[in-house]
Amino acid sequence: MKEGFRQAMAWLHTWSGLVVGWLLFAIFVTGTLTYFRPEITQWMQPELSTEGNTAQHAEAAERYLRDVAPVAQSWFISLPDEREAQLRVFWRELGPNGRFQRERLDPISGEPTSARDTMGGDFFYRFHFELAMPNPWGRYLVGVCAMFMLVAIITGIVTHKKIFKEFFTFRPRKGQRSWLDFHNVSSVLALPFHLMITYTGLITLMLLYMPSAVEVAYGGDSSALFSEAFPQQQGELAGERAPLAALAPMVAQAEARWGPEAGVSRINVQYPGNQNASVALQRGPGQGLSHETDKLHFDGVSGELLGESGALAPAATTRQLLYGLHIARFAPELLRWLFFVSGLTGCLMVATGLVLWTVKRRPQHLKSGRLPFGLALVERLNVAVIAGLPLAIAVFFHANRLLPLDMAQRADWEVRVFLACWLAALIHALLRAPRQAWIEQLVAAAVGCMTLPVVNLLKTGDHLPAALMRGDGVAVGFDLIVLACGTAFALVARAVYRRGRTVPAHAPRQAGGPSTVMSNADAQTG
Amino acid sequence: MDAGKTPTVGRIRHDHHGWPRHGTHDANPPRPSGTSTPPRRTRAADMSTSGGSVRQRPRGVVSGRYRLAVASRSLAAVIGGYGCAAAFAAALAVALPLPRSEAVLWGTMLSFVVWSVAALWAFAARSAGRAWLGILLPAAVFGAVVLSAPAPT
Repeated sequence: MKEGFRQAMAWLHTWSGLVVGWLLFAIFVTGTLTYFRPEITQWMQPELSTEGNTAQHAEAAERYLRDVAPVAQSWFISLPDEREAQLRVFWRELGPNGRFQRERLDPISGEPTSARDTMGGDFFYRFHFELAMPNPWGRYLVGVCAMFMLVAIITGIVTHKKIFKEFFTFRPRKGQRSWLDFHNVSSVLALPFHLMITYTGLITLMLLYMPSAVEVAYGGDSSALFSEAFPQQQGELAGERAPLAALAPMVAQAEARWGPEAGVSRINVQYPGNQNASVALQRGPGQGLSHETDKLHFDGVSGELLGESGALAPAATTRQLLYGLHIARFAPELLRWLFFVSGLTGCLMVATGLVLWTVKRRPQHLKSGRLPFGLALVERLNVAVIAGLPLAIAVFFHANRLLPLDMAQRADWEVRVFLACWLAALIHALLRAPRQAWIEQLVAAAVGCMTLPVVNLLKTGDHLPAALMRGDGVAVGFDLIVLACGTAFALVARAVYRRGRTVPAHAPRQAGGPSTVMSNADAQTG
Repeated sequence: MDAGKTPTVGRIRHDHHGWPRHGTHDANPPRPSGTSTPPRRTRAADMSTSGGSVRQRPRGVVSGRYRLAVASRSLAAVIGGYGCAAAFAAALAVALPLPRSEAVLWGTMLSFVVWSVAALWAFAARSAGRAWLGILLPAAVFGAVVLSAPAPT
């Protein structure tokens, strides 16, 4: 009975993983990159400077917003900090369905930034949960993937009797066994992370995915839920106008209280230009795991301090904690790298799982001399996603350096280049034999990564030694990572190439017993 | 790979999912006792409504009844599981003796756990019918809780 249950779970693990595997890989890769979203933005906007202090940045944003939206439903200012170089402002026009607008500003002048037009790290952040699809379809699709992922992880755990022993087991050059071992290690190594990141990912958009509770308790009005669960000092819009008090003194008060290190990171102004305007200043991350950080509330007209945000109730605290765990803004540098590495093992887990599916099936069909359509399709999609996506990302970075700076809709074109490259990878994978496709796309990805520092040098004049000399962690880190990735892709490409060439010589040794079915596993590798 | 040690050398025996027996996602080969000629019927084998016939079929060919059963279980896991989880969230939202916002948040956060369990059940249950029953029954209970609660204010 027990084995029957495990077999059923193994079946579920295989299929729930396969069905969404390719999207999951893309979600994992872009999500992992998102841990360094501000750093990627800095690299993609080399014109950005990090001058001035928080009070100056707040003043710059205020100047701009007073100019373009003196009376509005709300303003939202996201201030630069030691990681984030951008000053971003958002505002909603007056009225219940007021238009939502955004602008990126020069942190000193308060004018729209003259830095090159790019989505920067935000591209990966948004792709991670929207897949470059229109709202809300991408988000729904990601939610479905996350649910499958959750099921795949749980069934994956159930399937393993000897999870501890298998963790220390790797049998290289054994075809399917090696893939299985590697899949096990990459899964188990960061298992708590995988479970956490999948569940908390669902939590980030839970009201979109599971609106039933809000429906019965609030008649579907989620903003009512939010104002009850996360109380803010919200007034009603008054009939009379009144000028908004200056923001800089409020920032100074907040910094006096919190210290400049974990200072103000966000400013939210409700009803600017109205008699009942209010201002909330939010503290930067670093206090704890939770997404919720301290807030100070001010009267928007008198500028008087009204009070501090109180503690949340247990469920609301839990929700903010889970949200905070997912986006990991709290993580200092070392921990952030640990999250990044865990994310990479997640990518490997999905990739090896996908390859394993084909490696397991191909030998049996090779004997009959005919590959079923499903297997052929999975093999090709594996190439297009596992090798094609990194290639497209490398090309995306190239586009950031190579597209003309004054191009109209430049940010959109960068994304189009990315999507076009990925599509080309898909077509290439469909046309070529899988082994050739693996080699060619992996080599292309390796070249794409390794030429990035060169292109960067030609276009901006910056290079690794110079970055090292001035202690620019972002520039150094970016170059080292793309070089490491390029090397890794090149090594895998070489392994695939050699494996295919040496089949006959190795086949008898690989068989190692009666399992001659394995001797052709080499034909499919990546 | 134990396939070669079995009496059926040269031919891979398949389980009812059309998989080779050694190809389960288990690094440990089945115990030797399992390699005697009449394969043991396991619960997984019972997952298929098509009985033992699949074993004799060539790989990749499965009966229509088997496909129907898998489709039914998949629907139970995805649609039934979602319905059950949504009903669970709504039931907690109205029934938990907590402030409204707290009850809603607990219900919504925990609903994904309910969905996962329902999905596992859909494929662990002995038959597709039992899979549906095990999901619809709790869903009905949750639904009854929601309907018996006073309307939202």
